[in-house]
Amino acid sequence: MKSLDDLKKIKERAQAMTELREGTEETRMVVGMGTCGIAAGARDTLAAVMDEVNTRNLRHIAVTQTGCIGLCEYEPIMSVTRHGEPKVTYGRVTPEKARQIIASHVVNGQVVGDLVISSK
Amino acid sequence: MAFYRAHVLVCGGFPCVAAGCRAVRDAIERSVREHGLEREVRVVETGCLGPCDLGPIVVVYPEGTVYARVTVSDAREIVDEHLLKGRAVKRLEYTGHLPSVSLADDKRTDYFEIQERIVLENVGLIDPDSIEEYIGRDGYHAAGVALTSMSPDEVIETIKSSGLRGRGGAAFPTGVKLGFTARAEDDQKYIICNADEGEPGTFKDRLILEGDPHKVIEGMIILGYSVGASMGYVYIRGEYYLSIERIERAIEEARKYGLLGADIFGSGFDFDIEVKKGAGAYVCGEETALIESMEGKRGEPRQKPPYPGTCGLWGKPTVVNNVETIANVPPIIRNGADWFRQFGTPTSPGTKVYTLTGDVNNKGLIEVPMGITLREVIYGVGGGIPGGRRFKMAQTGGTAGGCLSEAHLDIPMDYENLQEAGSALGSGALLIIDDSHCIVDTACILLHFFEHESCGQCTPCREGTRRLCDIFRKVGELTATEDHLKLARELAEVMQSSSLCALGQSVAVPLFTILDHYADEIKAHLEGRCPAGVCRRLPTGVDEEAYVTSHAGGGIK
Repeated sequence: MKSLDDLKKIKERAQAMTELREGTEETRMVVGMGTCGIAAGARDTLAAVMDEVNTRNLRHIAVTQTGCIGLCEYEPIMSVTRHGEPKVTYGRVTPEKARQIIASHVVNGQVVGDLVISSK
Repeated sequence: MAFYRAHVLVCGGFPCVAAGCRAVRDAIERSVREHGLEREVRVVETGCLGPCDLGPIVVVYPEGTVYARVTVSDAREIVDEHLLKGRAVKRLEYTGHLPSVSLADDKRTDYFEIQERIVLENVGLIDPDSIEEYIGRDGYHAAGVALTSMSPDEVIETIKSSGLRGRGGAAFPTGVKLGFTARAEDDQKYIICNADEGEPGTFKDRLILEGDPHKVIEGMIILGYSVGASMGYVYIRGEYYLSIERIERAIEEARKYGLLGADIFGSGFDFDIEVKKGAGAYVCGEETALIESMEGKRGEPRQKPPYPGTCGLWGKPTVVNNVETIANVPPIIRNGADWFRQFGTPTSPGTKVYTLTGDVNNKGLIEVPMGITLREVIYGVGGGIPGGRRFKMAQTGGTAGGCLSEAHLDIPMDYENLQEAGSALGSGALLIIDDSHCIVDTACILLHFFEHESCGQCTPCREGTRRLCDIFRKVGELTATEDHLKLARELAEVMQSSSLCALGQSVAVPLFTILDHYADEIKAHLEGRCPAGVCRRLPTGVDEEAYVTSHAGGGIK
């Protein structure tokens, strides 16, 4: 450690590690992981979400799961809530579609219209 | 830095370790692996989360769900249900709030607001073994700023104007203490972190070192820079295994990152830290006895003056500070003296870490601003007294602290007000006792402790503690008279004025407060009656010594 700048560099890298515990998230993605969701492939969807967040190095994001919300037909279901915006729920989210939603909605704020099952 | 969708924090403070948190952590990790979640879920062992009697505690983020008293089989359920399927395990959920768990604003309650975390800002939130997590939370920033852009005098001036006072018990202004050593001219000076926490009921320093060891290291670097010391020692109780393990690992990490060693931050300042283990004598928490012990001698206090500030370890100027005091330094340098002064009272700024124990619902580690009342602590943070019993006594500051009665519930807890009430803030132990206990019985236990811990060097303490024990045993046997109490008072006064160190001097503090605040109850004992129904007259026709031995040390269960 030879200067304050060295410290700052480590800090920026390290902040991501504890962010999740501080409630500072700006976007929350929730994947339905009830039995119906898992049967429809939600594990793969979730894995794709994780992978995409990692490759894009996204910050201030929370990825959580929920149980069955009653629309088993539409599983895997994933919702995206950006801070201050309505929650958007997407249905039949395959891994590819999950990546598409992240690129379009999470990163750029453009809702992926044809996958939406509810928005409020 | 890989992104994990969930962080599982397993409390790794020593009470939770004792409750079996390591097995729980292993079970969670195993279960996570079995489900193939290891790249999605991160398991972290943290420092103390606070409510120690609820351990092992597990917190799952980002929800901030708290699970209490988790067993190994519960651990599997948490992974299966919560981490895999996203359903919190209601059965295990702890619904009270933990101040270390961050919550959205709308979930905050008054109860939560009482606590203010400065010293414990990272405890229970970060992995104590990860220097990077500490750096991510602004760690070592204060040291960097101090070393590269402040003069040593400026550092001392900032600490002086923050009004920080020693948190080990004596409440001496930290800035003034640093000034003595900074002015002393010598080729070698030392910083000692006093982690020989011996006061019964106190375990805050242990939990600070376990939960955030880097903060103590950072504080020592800053103090070293301010007085011109190139070497620091952490004098720690030998039985604090976990604290020793964590601080040693942290020192190693800090060396690796160039935060200890030569030319820190390119400032030309060198500093290193070593850990010295003590053997667990109460008197070695006294700074000069501590220094004697470090020099390899018998742990007995020195004559003062000269004070360690000018003539300490190996005869060199030495700053001896308590763990909590040192942990306050980085936030003060980082945020400034004015920021620190907004907490607490004008004469006692900042916060105080307490270990809340005894007859109270939420036992554990808390940090509250100076100046809040005992009532707020017991009935607010502490959640009241179990079984709806009545509050009887609070002993502040450990065994050497004063005993406060119901009449003192509303005095602000800071240095001045507690002193006025005949007590002291001391080391931060808060022992709460309800009305099922007898005051004389309690006094016997306290006095027995002093008798046991007296090092024997000076006569007033060695003999005085023993005689006081005898007298109070008589009171407990309902055979004492008014004269016995007079003698006890006189003895304590002599001890107070003539004992060599604080051990003998401070016996008077609990003793006088008990005699003054519970005069009626003690008088009842002289009349042959114990209102709490604890003390009994020694039966006739028994072997007195055998009877007393078999009943010694009874009392608070």
